[in-house]
This record gives sequence, structure tokens and C-alpha cells, in this order.
Amino acid sequence: MASIKRGLPRLAVAAVLAALLGAPAHAQTSGKTIKFIPQADLRVLDPIWTTAYITRNYGYMVYDTLFALDEHLHPQPEMVGSYKVSDDKLTYTFTLRDHLKFTDGMPVRSADCIASLARWMKRDALGQAMAQAVGEMKPVDDRTFSIVLKKPFPLLLDAIGKLSSNVPFIMPERVAKTDANTQITDPTGSGPFKFLKDEWVPGSKAVFVKNPDYVPRSEPPSWAAGGKVVKVDRVEWDYIPDPATAAAALNAGEVDWWEQLPPDLVPMLRRNQDVVVADTDPLGSVGVARFNSLLPPFNNVKMRQALLYIVNQTDIMTSVAGDPENWKACYSVYTCGTPMASDAGAAPLMGKPDPAKAKALIKEAGYNGERIVLLTATDQPSINAQANVVADEMRQIGLNVDLQAMDWGTLINRRASKAPIDKGGWNMFFTWFGGADMLNPSLNFPLNTVGEKGWFGWASDDKIVALREQWMQASDAAAQKQIATAIQEEAFSSVPFIPTGQFIMPTAFRKSLKGVVPAPVVFLWNVEKD
Amino acid sequence: MFAYLVRRLLATIPVMGVVALFVFSLLYIAPGDPAAVIAGDFATAQQIALIHQKLGLDEPFFVRFGHWLWAVLHGDLGISIFTNLPVTQLIGQRLEPTLALTLTTLVVTIVFAVPLGVIAAWKAGTWIDRLVMIVAVAGFSLPAFVLAYLLILAFSIKLDLLPVQGYVSFRDGFLPFIEHLILPSITLGLVYGALIARFTRASMLEVLSQDYIRTAQAKGLANDQVLLRHALKNAAVPIATVIGIGIALLISGVIVTETVFAIPGIGRLTVDAILRRDYPIIQGVVLLFSAAYVLVNLLVDVSYTLLDPRVRY
Repeated sequence: MASIKRGLPRLAVAAVLAALLGAPAHAQTSGKTIKFIPQADLRVLDPIWTTAYITRNYGYMVYDTLFALDEHLHPQPEMVGSYKVSDDKLTYTFTLRDHLKFTDGMPVRSADCIASLARWMKRDALGQAMAQAVGEMKPVDDRTFSIVLKKPFPLLLDAIGKLSSNVPFIMPERVAKTDANTQITDPTGSGPFKFLKDEWVPGSKAVFVKNPDYVPRSEPPSWAAGGKVVKVDRVEWDYIPDPATAAAALNAGEVDWWEQLPPDLVPMLRRNQDVVVADTDPLGSVGVARFNSLLPPFNNVKMRQALLYIVNQTDIMTSVAGDPENWKACYSVYTCGTPMASDAGAAPLMGKPDPAKAKALIKEAGYNGERIVLLTATDQPSINAQANVVADEMRQIGLNVDLQAMDWGTLINRRASKAPIDKGGWNMFFTWFGGADMLNPSLNFPLNTVGEKGWFGWASDDKIVALREQWMQASDAAAQKQIATAIQEEAFSSVPFIPTGQFIMPTAFRKSLKGVVPAPVVFLWNVEKD
Repeated sequence: MFAYLVRRLLATIPVMGVVALFVFSLLYIAPGDPAAVIAGDFATAQQIALIHQKLGLDEPFFVRFGHWLWAVLHGDLGISIFTNLPVTQLIGQRLEPTLALTLTTLVVTIVFAVPLGVIAAWKAGTWIDRLVMIVAVAGFSLPAFVLAYLLILAFSIKLDLLPVQGYVSFRDGFLPFIEHLILPSITLGLVYGALIARFTRASMLEVLSQDYIRTAQAKGLANDQVLLRHALKNAAVPIATVIGIGIALLISGVIVTETVFAIPGIGRLTVDAILRRDYPIIQGVVLLFSAAYVLVNLLVDVSYTLLDPRVRY
């Protein structure tokens, strides 16, 4: 009713003005358009060059993949029509589906797939592991190619069907030949949508239209796998940086879908009967407290172990996500609710905090009140909330905490520093990962404990490194689970990081949208608009 | 006059040069690394270092400054580190919304604030004066983002009269163009309008106490003639000065207003670039802002010659 109230006088005035001023110079939309507020603004168009989730999501709009992960965590053929694996498991031969085309009208060829995989293997961690096993990738014909391995790599299909950053998207060969450390500029894609670069206003708007040449699979959608049937003509990503404005725009019907909303705005949006607030991400996100293992006091394992006894996931997650329906405690280094997760070795983190035990370990470590620098990014609410709660918990057991606030752009620069504390160094920072990035030892970044060549914090644990290698070579799920459990037990002993809980960021959309695909990544296919 | 204009325009060149050097130096010493932002959370130090090198961020200060200055002198503001698009294109995309917002605000506030200031001075000490000053003080005191949310709540959510956010180009229809500018203009204009109203009142009060005003009244001139022809014209020079100075308020205010109302203007471009350390964009927009400010001051100086015949350049 409200929109009619506004609409009628608008129509009348618009009719008069249109007569006076002439028709709009370019009526930009015809057909059905979904207006979507993404989690961040789209800045980079190369999903291999960056691991940013917003660029990954863009990638899923404009590119397709050879394989894709389904809701049972199994890689399923996507662009691939059929494939076979040799008996010695050293040769994989893939044949592409019929009629696959890029958005420039050119057919997708074996050479495109090989070049795309080659570029991805230079950037992605799992891709790099795969590259060590790959002997040769060669085209058999235009639609068939093979990957010949030097040694077995049981994760090959999981790797090329990887769900989250970096996803091995298939690009035209001319684009994929770009140096892996240089950003591509050509958005020609193989996916269900076509990106309109001319209408792109970085920081504000990204426009996609249905790719008429895309041939979806016939299966129903299941996470990134199955049929990617586009049921609207156009999708506009309208980035609205201010959450209050975004909520008001959704309430007023100016936009159709808000990808991630802060928990404090959920009750307000739930009161609107035309809006659905939902949890469509079955994996959620996992909070991480990361130590700098090079500097005192956290170069001493007893100090890291001490914190396991005081980090309280309930307090942290309440601060991060509010209502308990938006979070759960997760006493695993893997995403809870997935096959590798368990609470093996997590006893110190579970249950009631034990400050006495923590103090005893701190005493054993010989801590003498040295300043402990915690980094927090105030422009990242999920990170800032974790940092503030943990800083308080640390102070309560007598640690001399210096919580340094900055923006995320500064933090990610600071965390690269290995300098001592008095020269800009740090002891702890906080972040979070999408659940898809913590599923197992091969994907879990903070578990890659290779020391100074690894991720920031530079945790070193040779036992975990060896077990990771074993996990990647494991032949079946039972063996994987056994090794993953051993890795977790060791991780709760050497403590390269502390999981701080698992939370979801709810999504909200107008009731006029139907067919939203539940998945850890937001997908715009299969969605209809009344 | 022409010689004066040429001299002033030439004088902007060293000003812009100093601004450019200052901004470049600040960005050079500021913490943060765009390569780390680009690479994302999972990147290793080696991957970041490679991107850093590719972007030329490891070159010495004077080499980078020299490259940038040389390009600027050729009309090239560089390429955005993140989007790979020319900075001139990015600024071009954002110029129209910001110009539309600032010009609308400028016109609306001057149209309302100057008469309010004149009336307050004319009715000094009465309830009208007090009411105008209460509104002005409130306008000065209310943070722009609070006002913005209140306006959205009232006019977009409750009354459903105006859109919550966004910008529609005038090429897509005059009505939606204006509809999308009303609330942002009020938000941006309130502080500015309060400033102008208070200065107009103060300036008018001073002029209204002059002997020639009494003489004009004694001659039996109508109030409007005394106010507009004699008083306002003589009070106009300081008012014009404040209008010019106030442009700086608009430039800074535009950042908050564009963020709250999701207007894709220069203000948001600036904030986003700062948060990501997209140096070429920051340098480009700061140059643009300083050029705009220098130009506005020049226009204000020129306006003195129109407002006061005694002023000659």
C-alpha cells in the first residue's frame, strides 16, 4: 500500500515531467532485475590474483569450473561431461560438455582449461600442492584433455572443484596466459552471467546480465554444482557501505537482497513481513586468534597453551554474532559439522575457563610482564569484537596487553612484520575464515605450520607438516579422518592458533525472491523474482 | 582584471605542486600496503612481495614521485592499483553525483540561509531572531550522519515519500534525479546553511547600525528597499567570503553524506581509496579537491568586484 501511495503522485508528476523534459536518455533495464547488496565492493576482477571473497563471488557469476563441490562435499563434474582415471591413478582424462562457449561467443577448448589450471596452480596453495604432482597437462583434442601425474594425487578432483578462494575458474586461453602476479583486465567468462564492464562503477555498482550462450547442467543446483539456471535478465550489485542505509533500502524495497547483515539489525528486518531473514550458509565462518610464534612470549608453547584455558568462545561469539542462533562453539581446528571436525585434543578449550591453570602455565613459561601487542581492525566488526574480548580475558589473568587499534589496511601490513615489539612487531591478531576454507588440513591456512615460509604468525610444527602430507595422500575418508584427528590433537598441543567459535552472518531478501540456493558462497543462479 | 585572473591562475600551479608533494610524502610514510590488501587474507609474504614488486611499490620515493609527476604533467593521473582503470575515468564516473549534490546544496542553502539571516538581523531580539538562531545552532550542532538517519526514517521509511539511497543521473529523468538529491542536500546543507545564516545576521546587524541606513529610513524608503538595496549589498562581501570558505565544509561533508546515502561520488571514492591504500586515486582526488578550492577562492575574489565597486584588481 505504501508504495502505491508514493507511486501514484510520482506517476502523475513523472508523466508531466516526461512530457516536458522528454523521455529518459537511456532506460537501462528491461525484464527482471535483482538488486543485490554484496558483502563488499568489487574492486578486483581477477579471482586468481586475489583471495578476496567478493572477487571469488564475482568469479562464480562470470566463470564456470571443471568440477564443483556439492552439498555433500563431493566434487561433481560441472563443465566436464565425462572423465576417466587410469588404473594407476596417474592419468586423468576429461571431456568437456557440448556447446560450452565463452561470453565472446568462442567455444571453450581444452587449451583454455589447461591454461586456466596452470595459472591457478601458480597462486593457490592447494593448486601448488597439485602442481608438484603434475607431470604434464596436454590436449587430446579441442574438447578433451588429460592431466598426467608424476605421483598419485588423490585430491585432484577436490582441488579442481575447490569451492573457495582461489577457485580454478576457466578463462579463455589468451586471458589465462597472463602472468599469475599481474591482474587480468578482460572479463570474458565461461559462466552463467556476463559482466558489463562499461557499467561498472568500482565502489558502487557492478552489473551482470544473463549469458545467453551458457548451457546449464540438467541436475538441480547443489552448492556450486548442478544446474546454474539463470532466471532473471539482470543482476545489479549495489554496494551500500552503511549498514543502516542498507537495512532501510531493503525495508523500503529499493533493493531485493542483502548478502550479509550485522546481527544487531536482524530483529528490525524480521519485523518486516515482506523480508525474509535467513541463514543460507551451512558452514558459517570460523574465528581465529593467531599467535606470532617468532616473538616472545608466544614463541614459548606454554604461553600459547595457557590461552587455551581462558579463551571463552561463548563470550567471544556473543560479542561477534549476538543471538545464540547466529553462532555456536566449535572446539575443532576444522569447520564444525563437517567430516574432519571433532573435539579431539580440545579439552583445554572446552568447558569453563580455568584461569588458575592458565596462570600456572604462564608461570612455567617464565613470563615477566612483558608487553603483549594485540592488533585489531576497528573497521572489521567481527575481528574487533574477538580482539576486545580476548584482550580482556588476558588482562584478567595478569597479562600486560597492549591492544592496538587500526584499520584493516594497516593491520594486514603490520602482521607481515617479523620485527621485535619495540620496532612495530606484534604478538597476536584476529581474523575469520569462511567455513569452506577450514574444511580439512589441505585447505586450512593457519594449520600450514611450515615456519617462516608459511602464513603470518609463522607457526612451526614439523609433525603437523608431515601429517598434512600424509592426509593429502590418504586414499579414503576413514584414513583422512584418522590423520585429521591426529593433526588436531597436535594442533591443540603446539597451538599455532586458537579457534574462537563458528558464526553465521545472516542474509536477508525480499519475499518476491524465490529459489535462493543454500550454500557457503552466495549464488545468484536459480533465483526467481515475482 | 584579465591580468589579475591570469596571475591568480598561474599562482595555482605552485600551490598544486606543493599539495602534490605533500600528499605523496604523506602516503609514502603512511602505514599500509595495497599489495597486502589485494592479495587477500590467505596470501603469504612471498605472494604479497611479488605483487608489491609488480606494482612498482618497491621503488625509491623520488623515482615514484618523478614517474607520477611526469604523468600528471601529461594529463595522466595514473591507473588504480585495484581496479586497473584509469584514475581519470574513475573520477569522471564520480564527478556528476558530487557536482549535482554540492551545487544543489549550495543553491538551496544560499536561497534559504541568506534571507533567514537577513530576517533575523532585521528582527533582532524578537522571537523570530531567536527562532532562526536556534535553528542555526541546532544545524551546527547536529552531526550530519544523525540528521541523515532521522531524515531517512521520517521521509523514506515512515512517510514513504523519498528514496532511501542512491543516485539517478538527470539523463535518466529529472524527477528521480531531484528525488534522490533532496535528503542528501538537506543533510549536507544544514551545517553550511547555519554558518551562512549566522554570518549574514552578524554582517547585516553591523550594517543596519550605520548612519546611512538611518538616513535611508528617515527618507521614508520601504523596508525591503532599505534591506536589500542598502544593507544587504553592503553586507555582501563578508557573506560571499564565508560562502567561499564554506565550500571546504561541503567538500568534507560530502564524504559522510555520500557514504550514508550510498551516492557514488568523489567523497566515497576518496574514503574507499584511503582504506585500501589505492595511492593513485588518493593523489588524483586530492589534486582535484585542491584545484576546486583554489578555483572557488578565485571566484569569491572576483565576486568582490561585482559586490563592491570600490574593489579593483
